[in-house]
Amino acid sequence: MLQKDFRRLALILLFAPFALWIILLILLPHIGMIALSLREKVAPRVYEYGFANYMDFLNEPIYWNTLLRTGSMSLLVTALALLIGFPVAYYIAKLAGNRTRGALFLLCLIPLWVSDLIRAYGWILLLRETGVLSSFLQWAGIVDHPIEFLYNDVTVVIGLVYTVMLFMIVPLVSTLDGMDNSMIEAGYNLGGNGFTVLRRIIIPYAMPGIVSGCIVVFMLTAGSYLTPILLGGKNSSWFTEQIYNQFISRFNWEAGAAFGILLLLFTSIVIWLGLKLSGQTLANTVAKS
Amino acid sequence: MSIKTTVAGLLAATMLAGASSAHAETLRLLTWGSYAPEELIQKFEAEYPDIDVEVTFSNNEEMIAKLRATGGAGFDLAQPSHDRIYAAQLEYNIYKPLDLSKINTDVMQPKLLDGVKANTTIDGEVYAVPHQWGTSGLMADKSKAPDVKGWGDLCDPKYKGKTSMRLKRTILLGTAFAMGDNPFEAYSDLEKYQSILDKVADKLIACKDNIKAYWNSGDDLSAMMLSGEIVASETWDSTAYKLYAQNKNIVFVPPATGALAWIDTFAIPRKGKADDAAYKWINFVLRPENVSIMSASTGAIASVKGAKDLLPADKKAAVNAAFTDADIDNLKFFANIPPGVEDMEGRTLEKIKAATGG
Repeated sequence: MLQKDFRRLALILLFAPFALWIILLILLPHIGMIALSLREKVAPRVYEYGFANYMDFLNEPIYWNTLLRTGSMSLLVTALALLIGFPVAYYIAKLAGNRTRGALFLLCLIPLWVSDLIRAYGWILLLRETGVLSSFLQWAGIVDHPIEFLYNDVTVVIGLVYTVMLFMIVPLVSTLDGMDNSMIEAGYNLGGNGFTVLRRIIIPYAMPGIVSGCIVVFMLTAGSYLTPILLGGKNSSWFTEQIYNQFISRFNWEAGAAFGILLLLFTSIVIWLGLKLSGQTLANTVAKS
Repeated sequence: MSIKTTVAGLLAATMLAGASSAHAETLRLLTWGSYAPEELIQKFEAEYPDIDVEVTFSNNEEMIAKLRATGGAGFDLAQPSHDRIYAAQLEYNIYKPLDLSKINTDVMQPKLLDGVKANTTIDGEVYAVPHQWGTSGLMADKSKAPDVKGWGDLCDPKYKGKTSMRLKRTILLGTAFAMGDNPFEAYSDLEKYQSILDKVADKLIACKDNIKAYWNSGDDLSAMMLSGEIVASETWDSTAYKLYAQNKNIVFVPPATGALAWIDTFAIPRKGKADDAAYKWINFVLRPENVSIMSASTGAIASVKGAKDLLPADKKAAVNAAFTDADIDNLKFFANIPPGVEDMEGRTLEKIKAATGG
């Protein structure tokens, strides 16, 4: 009897930090945001409840264009991260020896030890008109005048891919790691060429890793703030920037909260669609890898 | 050692710690980067050993957002600009009235003091006094862009791809003045103000092609200007003065229609817990010897009498290179922002940012 109580207590104690974390840091703030987003200001210190903030979003093409732009660029970043990350992960998991493996993993990790801000400034130093790359090209005689690589959408995509790469590689490595090499051999023995083996054996096996990597990368990209702001040019709007502007420059917390909720809904829908289209479920992808 | 003595020891230790922290007061400053130089903080703490100074660097918008989030708690002294107090106080009630008898207002320049008081008085209570003032205007590299004289010259095709601005309200107001309107007078008639903003938006969208990039902080602006990537930009005068020290060709240019002047103030948050320490800090930084240290760090001019003479030599040279007396007379002080204007300006800025002008 005593032992049973003790076990229950242990379970509650173990569960408590997690429950507290979910309730205090995730659930409550979001409920607060939803409440805030449904409030509209009618006069100083006077508020009413209604959907005006959401209507504003729908009626102003600038806002939903920015959201769509953010979404499509995030998808592009996710696709690029997968394209670059997959071979790297395959090499680490299947081809590299035990010692090189640790070293390679470490190499992927090292950029994460530096803050986002510093990494963005690193790109600025490299790509600006008087920066390293432009000077090098001039020195090498390839171009005869300085070139500006910074302040456009390509730079934003490069910066973002670089920032999120690790979150693609880690789940891929861990799924590929569990794959038996003999499955690949069997594929070749049965007469498949490299492409068929990749398409029919490796990718289906790695699917949980691919999907969970894509979800994490997409969420991180769509919600990132620093990289698009610092590397983006005069036309590069990012939805998180709109949220910041609503909260900070325009003192319009109500609209800012509505935008935050909309971003959450939008990314959730994109991920749901992605799962449906690829025939996967959260349970057998993210939970597994 | 038994558990009892350990607990007793711990208790004693916490009580001691509690006692000593009750003795030392903390002054939590919410201010602009460079407005609390380490040298001054150390001097202040040496003079008042029982006060610890904690500094948080911020800007106008973030100061209001931070105080709004807590209803005016978390800081003991804030330094928003004079035009950002009236509406913020009306809407969010984040400051408490100042006790002017505790502030050494005699040393302040009467014109600035009265101006700030007039701007920040609500129901007969004064909410702010001036600290430092400066201007927003233009900066140009004389050797490469000698003809930059007014706000509109940033859009001159001669300097295509070589100019910059910050996409915030300053450039909207400056452009409005350059187009012959007076935006501050239109504050009382928001419909008229909207029509001015629409004109400004068209002008700035057409100008986008000419701009290299919008700057976000004094640091990116400095880097672009010093490297020669841009030759002219909208700027704060203090940033221009700092660059003048490194390259004598880079000068601050008060626009022909008048530089826009701001006054950073002292205001006490509503739930501040160290008012006395805050008043001590205010009076401390108003002393002439401390004004020089402060101005050396901020590049702005103090609101005390004879402040120009208290500037460090290099800053004085930069100010003299930039301003004539006529320019000073032509200053346009930012007018109080009535409720709603920030939203209109925000929309205009979004429209400009989203437009694909080049």
